[in-house]
Amino acid sequence: MTSDNKKAFIKGNHAVVEAALDAGCRFYAGYPITPQNEIPEFMSKRMPEVGGTFIQAESELISVNMVFGAVAAGARAMTTSSSPGISLMQEGISYMAGCELPGVLVNVMRGGPGLGNIQPSQSDYFQAVKPGHGDFRMITLAPSSIQEMYDLTFDAFDLADKYRNPVMILADGLLGQLMENVELKRDRKPLYLNTPKPWALTGAKGRDGQRILSLLMQPGVLEKHNFKLKEKYDLITKTEKRFELSGMENNPDYLIAAFGTVGRISKGTIRLLKQDGINTGLFRPITVWPYPYEALKEAAKNVKKIFVFEMNLGQMVEDVRLAVEDSSKIEFYGRPGGGVPTAEELYNFIKGKVG
Amino acid sequence: MRKGRIIIEVDRCKGCLLCIAACKPKQIKISKKMNKTGYNIVEFCDEGKCNACTLCGIICPDAAIEVIEIIETEKK
Amino acid sequence: MSTEKTIYKKPTSLTDRPFTYCWGCGHSTIHKLIAEIVDELGIRETIIGVAPVGCAVFAYDFWNFDVTEAAHGRAPVVATAIKRVHPGKTVFCYQGDGDLASIGMAEIIHTANRGENITVIFINNTNYGMTGGQLAPTSLIGQVTTTSPNGRDVKNYGYPIRVSELLAQFEGVKYLERVKVTDAVSVIKAKKVIKKAFMNQINGVGFSMVEVLASCPANWRKDPIESNEMIDGEISKYYQVGVIKDVK
Ligand SMILES: Cc1ncc(C[n+]2csc(CCOP(=O)(O)OP(=O)(O)O)c2C)c(N)n1
Ligand code: SF4
Repeated sequence: MTSDNKKAFIKGNHAVVEAALDAGCRFYAGYPITPQNEIPEFMSKRMPEVGGTFIQAESELISVNMVFGAVAAGARAMTTSSSPGISLMQEGISYMAGCELPGVLVNVMRGGPGLGNIQPSQSDYFQAVKPGHGDFRMITLAPSSIQEMYDLTFDAFDLADKYRNPVMILADGLLGQLMENVELKRDRKPLYLNTPKPWALTGAKGRDGQRILSLLMQPGVLEKHNFKLKEKYDLITKTEKRFELSGMENNPDYLIAAFGTVGRISKGTIRLLKQDGINTGLFRPITVWPYPYEALKEAAKNVKKIFVFEMNLGQMVEDVRLAVEDSSKIEFYGRPGGGVPTAEELYNFIKGKVG
Repeated sequence: MRKGRIIIEVDRCKGCLLCIAACKPKQIKISKKMNKTGYNIVEFCDEGKCNACTLCGIICPDAAIEVIEIIETEKK
Repeated sequence: MSTEKTIYKKPTSLTDRPFTYCWGCGHSTIHKLIAEIVDELGIRETIIGVAPVGCAVFAYDFWNFDVTEAAHGRAPVVATAIKRVHPGKTVFCYQGDGDLASIGMAEIIHTANRGENITVIFINNTNYGMTGGQLAPTSLIGQVTTTSPNGRDVKNYGYPIRVSELLAQFEGVKYLERVKVTDAVSVIKAKKVIKKAFMNQINGVGFSMVEVLASCPANWRKDPIESNEMIDGEISKYYQVGVIKDVK
């Protein structure tokens, strides 16, 4: 890493580590899996420097449940993995959601299904925005640059504490490995870091024992708990939607909807189209849950077509269909199995559709 | 000989009879009474033979038995 | 004239809620012993427990100190994280044999191998109580369970695992002892052993686990006295009671 205190030219995986530490994360557990190995490697060096705990977990089941324990004890804690490892973590994520625990997870996605490959992919959109078992939601942030890898990881801790809910960073192998200049916001103050957590398990000093649990067996109690969670999810949906919308000032004929790495590639496509005199807008959701449906609906109103590009067989496109009024305007192009589209490829796809 | 008595917390007792087996002077017996949960509970015989050994309390899984030692302070 | 003095009663670290376990269940006895030890060591305000998935998932209703649940089998790693966050607190996990020896085998082995300074209370009742008495890795050869209707046949089900002996080989493990709670004498002994496992943690000795041979009268289809006789007989023949490892 070449860096001074504030600026660094680093990989996305390194940015995640710096952001977590700057946000006050003092517990990390993770199990090696490509393409995110730099995170546990770098964490094993950096975490002890700030006096926190680094554990190389012996499986993703172990790492996610260690995060469960650490956040139950009141710490800021994180685990990171890639697609197959996230599958293993889903039970633990569901427990955190049920227990209202603020764990932070990073998924540096790779190709699937199965062992798949280690190329960048967006194949886990579904398991991020429709996670695990039971009726729950996970705030999911999708960065598209190394600066966002840093900023959104930092935000993830604040959001997790604000809502007592698991938060996932949905990155991919390209963002993990790519190096860019990043402004490290060492002076940024984490929100809620010093807000008391009266629910945390710290020993029952001067009080009765308290519990962290998701098992609610009495009739109606779980239903009530679920409705309470729903209120929280509604509040998150109302207040936390984030997106990037660009090119709308030119009243574009077309709109591209893409997140993460593909959102970034699409910017090149838009420049190529511009050379042909074709104005195209970009809608890039930053929160993929909650999904910014209204903003997309508005942006899609006056365009002829909406091009949805993903590195999968069509996952986010389902949300785009929910958002836009006339879904016959939607054209999907996806590259599964670790395929990364180029700007030209997407340009050619659009040209093929619009002549 | 030490003297004692026990108090059985009716709603904790499940009538498992482990205390009866543990009590050497046989001062606990099955009662006809039932508690809230529907368990047939045990009761103290109170025949003056309890020696406050606490074995019934120790074996009781449900922490239902309080053992009290009766200390004679004056000789009659 | 005479005065009266209470010499045995429900420990204050238990809530007023009666145990909801079946009659004569080993969980009840061990819950009570843990609460007595917490009282005696004066650690009610500094102890944090991790409950398993299994009948004892309800432990948090009965202990009046901080307790969290954990996903099935994961209690040791939840406890590990809590201990690492609060090194000054006493942290323990409480697990059944399905939880610890089956689905959570990796968790207990690695926690033991890392030598985490926590206390583990392992309740071996040779079956899966909560789900209706299915075969556990610890079920005895020939034992009839709801998923081994003709008895555990080693060709099909493998052999019962002696978890404590298995863990003894790990250098991180400092103390292992197997106890039973079938009569007052063995209960007194078990309490001493469990207390030592907690003292070890407080004194920084390291990973300590107590395996308790516990009864599950409901699923064994036996009354509590017959159940204890079974523990004193065939169960403790296979799972020998006593110290398995004690590193001074
Ligand atoms: C992932 C998962 N698998 C299965 C279960 C169902 N289940 C609940 S308790 C249990 C067995 C518990 O047995 P044991 O650990 O021996 O405890 P006991 O009930 O005998 O005390 C199982 C299989 C579950 N809750 N979660
Ligand atoms: S099923 Fe067995 S282990 Fe569970 S409470 Fe009943 S006796 Fe105890």
